[in-house]
This record gives sequence, C-alpha cells and structure tokens, in this order.
Amino acid sequence: MSKIVRTQKKEPFVPQPDDDMIICRCEEITKGEIRKAVYDGMTTMNEVKRWLRSGMGLCQGQTCQRLVQNIIARELNESPAEVGMIQGRAPVRPVEILTFSNNKTDVKEDE
Amino acid sequence: MEKRTADVIIIGGGIMGCSTAYRLAKEGVDVLVLEQKEIGNGGSCRNAGGVRQSARNPKELQLAMYAVANVWPTLSDELEVNTEYHQKGNLRLGLTESDIKVLENHTAKSTKVGLDVKMISGDEAREICPYMSKEVIAASWCPTDGHANPLKTTLGFYRKALQYGATFITGVKVLGLKKVKGRCTTVVTDDGEYVGNNVLLCAGYYSRAIANTVGIDAPVERQFNEVVVTEACPEMFDVMIGVAGGEFYGHQSEHGSFVLGGNSGLQAFTSNNDKFVTNSLTAPTISRGIIKYFPALKDVKIIRTWSGHYDQCIDVLPIIDNIPEVPGLTVAFGFSGHGFGIAPAVSIALKELIMEGESSTIDISQLSYDRFKAKG
Repeated sequence: MSKIVRTQKKEPFVPQPDDDMIICRCEEITKGEIRKAVYDGMTTMNEVKRWLRSGMGLCQGQTCQRLVQNIIARELNESPAEVGMIQGRAPVRPVEILTFSNNKTDVKEDE
Repeated sequence: MEKRTADVIIIGGGIMGCSTAYRLAKEGVDVLVLEQKEIGNGGSCRNAGGVRQSARNPKELQLAMYAVANVWPTLSDELEVNTEYHQKGNLRLGLTESDIKVLENHTAKSTKVGLDVKMISGDEAREICPYMSKEVIAASWCPTDGHANPLKTTLGFYRKALQYGATFITGVKVLGLKKVKGRCTTVVTDDGEYVGNNVLLCAGYYSRAIANTVGIDAPVERQFNEVVVTEACPEMFDVMIGVAGGEFYGHQSEHGSFVLGGNSGLQAFTSNNDKFVTNSLTAPTISRGIIKYFPALKDVKIIRTWSGHYDQCIDVLPIIDNIPEVPGLTVAFGFSGHGFGIAPAVSIALKELIMEGESSTIDISQLSYDRFKAKG
C-alpha cells in the first residue's frame, strides 16, 4: 500500500454529463456516485466499496470491478494498477446456508 | 526524510481514530491521522454492527448507554450519511437450562446499573421475531439496543473529519514512539518522524507493540472471528440477535442481507493470522448455528464470507486512558470485539482526555491501563 495524503479538496465537485450511468448493476451504483465518493475522500477500491456497496451485490464485483477501478484511477490521476482490486471473497458463487452447514447429503449432480 | 507536525497525532484510522479526529477537528484542533493500510480496514469495518448495551460488563456499560441515549439517535444527521441505525432491540436466545442461567446472570448485572433489560419466554421472543425455532425456550430482551452499518459509520466519521480540516496519511507504518524531554511527542514511522503535542494510540491489536516501544504493555491478543453475508431477502426481522451458546450473532441489514458472525471454536489456534483469510471450517459452523435457531433461513444463499480479528483484552474490556508515565500519550485499544457500538461515546471521552486531561462526561475510571495484576 503506497503512501496517500488525504485532505478535504478545496475545489467544488464538478458533475459530468454521463454521471447517471449505472456501473455496478447489482447494487445500481452510478458513475457519478463513484466520482463523488472519490471526491469525498474514498481513495481505494475497498473504501469506495464500503461507502457505496459497489461490488457487494450478487456478483461480488465480478462484472463491474474493472470499471470502478478505472473510474477511481481517472479521478485520482493514477494508473488502475495503483488503485488495486477489491478483496476477493469466498464462496465464488452463492451457496445455500443448508449446503454450507454440511447437513444436506442429497447434493444435486449434473445429469 | 520530512518531518510533519500537528497538535494531535492519531495512530490508527479505524472508527476510534476517525471519530476522535472528527471531534477534535471540529474544536479547531490540528489533527493528523496515521494509518498503515486503508481507512477502517481492521475491526471497524469487520464487525456485525451491534449497538448493544445488554450483556456488557458494567465497567463499560456507561459508554454504551451514553452512546445509545445521546449520540446514535442523531448520528446520521450529524455525519450527513445514513448510518442505518435501527433501535429495535436485542434478543439473546437460549436453548437450554444452562443458557438461561447465562442470560439471567447478564440480565441481573445490567439491571443493577439501570439498563432496561429483562428475561422473556420463548413464545414472547417469537412474537418479536416470528421466524425463530420452537427450540428457543427463553431470551433476554433489551428494547433499546440496535444495530447500524459499520462501514458507513466509520467512513462517515472519516469524511466529516476531513471536512473539518483533519489530515489523514495512509500507507505509513508506525514503528514506535519516542519521548523527547520526557514527553511523548514523536511518532517514528517508515516514512520518517511525525511530531505532535499529543499522541493518541488506537491501532487495535497493533497498539500493543507500539506501546511497548515506550515501556507500556497490556495483555491484549488478537482473536479471529468471521462473518457470513447472505443475499438480500425481504425484511424478516429488525432486531439484533445474539445467542447464549455463542454460535452466531448478527442482524438483517437495511439492504436486506443477513450479516451473521461467529467462529469455529478453533480460531485461537489457526495459522495465517496475519492475513484476513476465511477458514473452511467457520462458515459451516456458523451455518449450523443459524439453522438451529432460524430454520427458515436454510435456503438463503451466502454470497460472501470475511474475517477480522478482535483486539482481545484479558478481561474483555478496553483500555482507555492517559498514561502518566508517558506524558502526552493517550491510548484506546483492547475493545475485544465490541468497540463499534460504543465508539461514538469513546471518542467523546478521548477528546476530553486529550484536551482536558480527564474524561468528565463519561466515567471510564475502570478502564485504566494499570488495572492488570499478576496473581499471587
């Protein structure tokens, strides 16, 4: 994690014409919301995720992660690699509580 | 290496650091927060969001009761963010006679210091939360407890602190403290030295090693816990749930997902504790607990799991104090897994400790750093 100095920005937030474009489809987070989050001080993928829920829906960011990363990078004037990725979480696909509990023995097999 | 100065240097950008930075900056104090990773990366964003007074040790109950009475109800307005605070009560459930004894014991201790908490029957508990298993035979009920969103709250304090002029530097690792002319003024980091008039150490588990560099120690170790998060569901209950047997705890969030924490029982002896990995044994253990109390949730899907560690203190209570041997140093750590709900009150105490030398609003005298004694 590289060093970042964070202070309140002096200049006002500047809206853009496509700010209402939806980026995170699961949680319906727009480009403008992500840009505003960065303006408000959220400077990493995890912070934006925690603040807005982008990447916290059913697909766990598998769809929107790169887009969110690029928007943050552009706002901060950094390379996307510098911004990093959100933390990957198990399970990769949603799993029922009953299945997780090991109580279910009749696991459906592919026919 | 550059040298940066501020009135108060706060070590740790979690909810304690962010909320204290906010309160100090609001008073016009020049504050600098140093954080090794990201804002709220430790327990602050890794907890199930309980804002709970019941089943707390009376020694820290004042903090919880003050927060619930005076800070939480208006915190969303104050921070201009929806903290998702819901004050719909806390049910702590029991399945066996020995569970009931545990609940009765907690209830007796809490009522003695003036908390509105009582024992209710299983059927009364099911009236509050209809999806509960018939196996629940009793519960303790505290109607003024609740839950909130730790992510929004922590980052909300952070954003407000920025707006009031606080500076945060992340990605800087604190290596130790240094006394200059008898006063703790210097924070040594991998990015050079930072100098302040006061230093607040609130870096969770990592606080201990930093305090050690000026000869202060406290019996705090880390203890792993994990959480499972489900897909969004229609609203089923709005209370905070705990269980006497300790299988799990948690709530249904405003978003609709259930956020349920627990552990496998083996967490003190698992490896790889430097990384926030999840253990293959834990989600199944929590799942079995959930099904025992809430069979209706069995087909709900878990969409993610995550882990974090408590900064577990030997008496399961935080250390919130000025250190007389190290003038200028204030500490707040060892919250033992239940710091989130009291954080908005802890930061009031910390602000007073730093600015006035003592906490006058809330009594924290039983949370002193020198309360630990060897036996014999």
